[in-house]
This record gives sequence, structure tokens and C-alpha cells, in this order.
Amino acid sequence: MTTHAIGDDEHFAGSLKLFISVWVWLLLLTGFEVFLGYIQLPVIYMLVILLGASIIKAALIVAYFMHLRFERLNLVLTIVPAVVICICLMLLVFFPDSFRSKGLRYQGAAEPAAESH
Amino acid sequence: MATEAQAISSDWGGGALPYRVGHRKLGMWLFIMSDSLTFSALLIGYAYLRASNVWPTPFKFYPSIVFSSVMTLVLLSSSLTMVMAVSASSRGQRSTARKWIIATAVLGVTFIVLHSIEWRHLISEGLTPFQLPAEWAAKWPGATPLFGATFFGITGMHMFHVATGCIYLLIVAGRVNKLKHEDVEISGLYWHFVDLVWMFVFPMIYLLSIYPKK
Repeated sequence: MTTHAIGDDEHFAGSLKLFISVWVWLLLLTGFEVFLGYIQLPVIYMLVILLGASIIKAALIVAYFMHLRFERLNLVLTIVPAVVICICLMLLVFFPDSFRSKGLRYQGAAEPAAESH
Repeated sequence: MATEAQAISSDWGGGALPYRVGHRKLGMWLFIMSDSLTFSALLIGYAYLRASNVWPTPFKFYPSIVFSSVMTLVLLSSSLTMVMAVSASSRGQRSTARKWIIATAVLGVTFIVLHSIEWRHLISEGLTPFQLPAEWAAKWPGATPLFGATFFGITGMHMFHVATGCIYLLIVAGRVNKLKHEDVEISGLYWHFVDLVWMFVFPMIYLLSIYPKK
């Protein structure tokens, strides 16, 4: 059985132009997020758009800067689905309860007691 | 034994490395998986508290958001310099790689300094992990005092990772001639992960807590 050293002779895929264009895209997406903060959309729109932009930025970083796009598919399939499923499970457990407890929130002394929940 | 070797060889495609990455790099990926779940849990916990409580939105566009945007720019730029380091290392240009790694660590230290200034500003206003400044408590009646706990907890955890990353990078820079290219790549993986986490912390903590215009 032959084994070969990984690392020393491994070619690092991706050109300088590619990395700079990814960096520019990351800056543009960040600028877009800050612009949304400046114009102040309703919080639910902000949440959805900001999370969407953050996921795109995370995907760019993982794919190009962390080189995952150039790795074997079995490594990608080992890493990505497991993390995504675990995060979805955490969301599934927490979020319904956070909306339930929203109805139990402290209203503050200055607010009327009859305010709808 | 020959039969066993042949069986292993056929199962694993002729090599001992089924993912075509070294064991240390695979170990770093597994660490990143576990650490990403740690940060996910922190951010989901923050979202839970935020959804179920009156939550202050104290960050004014200027200076807080502009300041944190500069911090984001610094961290994104450090990722680019780290990619340059890994690229130079893959071509065998060790001294160039060292310079880029040091540039990355310097940008990391810059991020820590900027973040410390932000922390000091908030602490001087009266924010602690379990207490809001009196001005905020008056502005948002009934707001949970846990704002400080989530803010300092999440950004502090991230800053700890940046600080650890700077030390790690400086060690790699010092030993770059003795290390393999894959070791430089592994340090890059860690650094990009720290950058990735900030891509969620910045919008969730800062941009969703902007002081209302009206």
C-alpha cells in the first residue's frame, strides 16, 4: 500500500484575481448591510436580509478562502450537512419557545397593563 | 496480511487519506465544526433572549456602526492577507509567506484594539454584563439587563478567538521555514473561521440594534 505526503507538493488552487474578487464581493455585501442599517427597514426585513447576506458571505469565505470548493466532495459532504442539520435542530428547539415566552415578557411599569400580547 | 492491505487499499481508493487532506487539517476542520456550533448556540441564545424580552437598540449609526464597520473591514482584509500567505507558501516562498502572516496578525491586533475601545466606551456609559446604563433603562422601560451579558459574552468569545489566532499566527510565522505548507494552510483555516464568525456577529449584534432615527 502506498502512502503519499499531503501538503508539501500540494498546489493551492485559486488565482490572486479570484481571491481579490471574493474580497471585493465581501466588502460590497458588508456595505449593503451597513446601508440597510442606515435606512432602517422594519426589524423583520432587516433580520431576513441580513441573515441572507451573512450566509452568502459565509459561503464565499468557506468556499474560496477556506478552499473547500477545491477539496474532495466527500470532505464537503462530511462537514457542511452535519453543521447545518445541528444548527437547524437548535433553531427548531429554541424558536417556538422564544415566541411563547414573548407573551410572558415584562411590560415595564410605564406601559399599560391591558396591552395585547 | 497482504490480503488485508489489498482490502484497505481497495476500500480507500489506494491511499491512507480518504479525504485527500492530512490528519491535522482534518482535525482543524472537525474543530471548526464544533466551534461553529458553539457560536451558533451563543447566537441562537441571544436571538431567544431578544425575541422574548424588551430589547434596547442603543447603537447610533455614528460613531458605533461606522466604528464596527471599520472593524469588519480590518478583519476582511486580514483574511485576504492570510490567503496571500497560504498562496505564497504553496509556491515555496517562505519569507513572503512569513510577511503576509505577520501582516495578518497585525490586522488581528488592530481589530482587538478597536474592539477594546468600543468595549471601554460602553463600559464608561455604565453597561455591565447584568445591568443597563440608567439612560438606556429610562429610554427602554422594562428592557432586560441581559443585553450586556449577550454583548460581552458573544463579542468577548470572538475577541478571545482573534487573540488566540494572533498568537497562533505569530508562532507559525516564526517557524514557517520548519513547517510544511499544510501547517500554514491549517492556520489559515482557523483565521478564516474567526472572520466568518464575525460575518454573523456584526449584523446580529450591531446592525439589528441600531438606535431608531425617530
